[in-house]
Amino acid sequence: MWKIIGTGITQAFNQRTIFRKLSFEIKSGESLVLVGPNGSGKTTLIRIVCNLLHPIEGKVEFYYGNETKMAGQLYSSIGMVGPYLQLYNNLTAFENYAFFRKIRGLNVDHGHFKILMKKFGLAGREFDELRTYSSGMLQRMKYVCALLHSPPILILDEPVSNLDESGERIIYDVMEEQKRSNILIFATNNPEEIKFGDKKIRLAV
Amino acid sequence: MIRKSGLLYKSFYILQKDLHQEFRTRYAINAIFLFAITTLVVVSFSIGAAELSQNILSSLLWIIIFFSAMTGLSHVFVREEEQQTADTLKLVAPPVAIYLGKLLFNILLLLGLELILIPLYVVFMDMSVGNLPVFILMIVLGSTGVSAVATIMAAIISRTSAKGALFAVLSFPVMLPVLILSIQGTALAIQGSSISAGMDEIQMLLLFIIVIVTASILLFEFVWIL
Repeated sequence: MWKIIGTGITQAFNQRTIFRKLSFEIKSGESLVLVGPNGSGKTTLIRIVCNLLHPIEGKVEFYYGNETKMAGQLYSSIGMVGPYLQLYNNLTAFENYAFFRKIRGLNVDHGHFKILMKKFGLAGREFDELRTYSSGMLQRMKYVCALLHSPPILILDEPVSNLDESGERIIYDVMEEQKRSNILIFATNNPEEIKFGDKKIRLAV
Repeated sequence: MIRKSGLLYKSFYILQKDLHQEFRTRYAINAIFLFAITTLVVVSFSIGAAELSQNILSSLLWIIIFFSAMTGLSHVFVREEEQQTADTLKLVAPPVAIYLGKLLFNILLLLGLELILIPLYVVFMDMSVGNLPVFILMIVLGSTGVSAVATIMAAIISRTSAKGALFAVLSFPVMLPVLILSIQGTALAIQGSSISAGMDEIQMLLLFIIVIVTASILLFEFVWIL
């Protein structure tokens, strides 16, 4: 059972406070949605949760059972998709998959790769360089790489950006499945997606 | 026994990924090789038939290596920032593994360059090497030192706007001891001196590499994450 506790998180850029004293708690089987207008700090909060950014105050702690997990122990536990997280465009889909599997200490599994590519509608493009993919296909590929280790914590920023209707349906299924027994944190303003959140943080400009 | 998910394995996977990318795009390879060969030709023509001392031959060689390194070794981190893959990498691998992977890549890139550059230098400059094993040792140690400095500096400058200029300006003062020692050691090897004559340079170079790699490992997390 995983648990994430954020306490008193404050962030500011150039003396402009983005949010102040934010706290939340989420555990396996729950989902948290961050909503708010552009510039309200949704992405900033997501980046803080992922340890890509340090808040000026407060902290985010990860627990597995009663054991605290430090940032360096989370590489195999977090999967993330966001507009600012890109894949290696001059490598093929398979090479990206193989790199992200190996770096997480997992063996490269061709069968698993094919299943994931089929699930996200990318079958037949396994050995093409990602620079030949459309933006929607790249978004789908980001999900392949974010889910290849079945992460107990999935963090999504604008989950369905660039996706067509069929892509959106696939992602909604992923989100539904993730929140059933794992942790799902996502930032959106799309009413279709907000309903996937059990808990909500509303940020204001 | 090293676990497949251990630090060294992760460094190796990052190196493997960088090599893969590099051989596909040849971005750094083209920059570094073209610069080195062009500089060598310019130096060779400007020297003409003049007979040069070992010290001058050694200095010119290391000047070419230094400026070639300044042209290509920053790509390891600049590419991650420009392609917006730096954050993706931060999420999947510990900073130390990333630093070591990138360092190994830069060492291999520089040694690869020298494998082509040095035979050409020997021919163009009409140079004979008195003690080849010591010469190779000096080149390998000097290149490792240059790569070690270049790698941490590349990480520092990768998010700045004037990357190229800053890289050379910041690297040069830190790299100066390596260059001086490498020039002295290489001159001794060209003269044909024995390994014992160059022991001071070898020891100092080894010490420098250990210090700069250790300091880089300790500092890299702050440079990379923040």
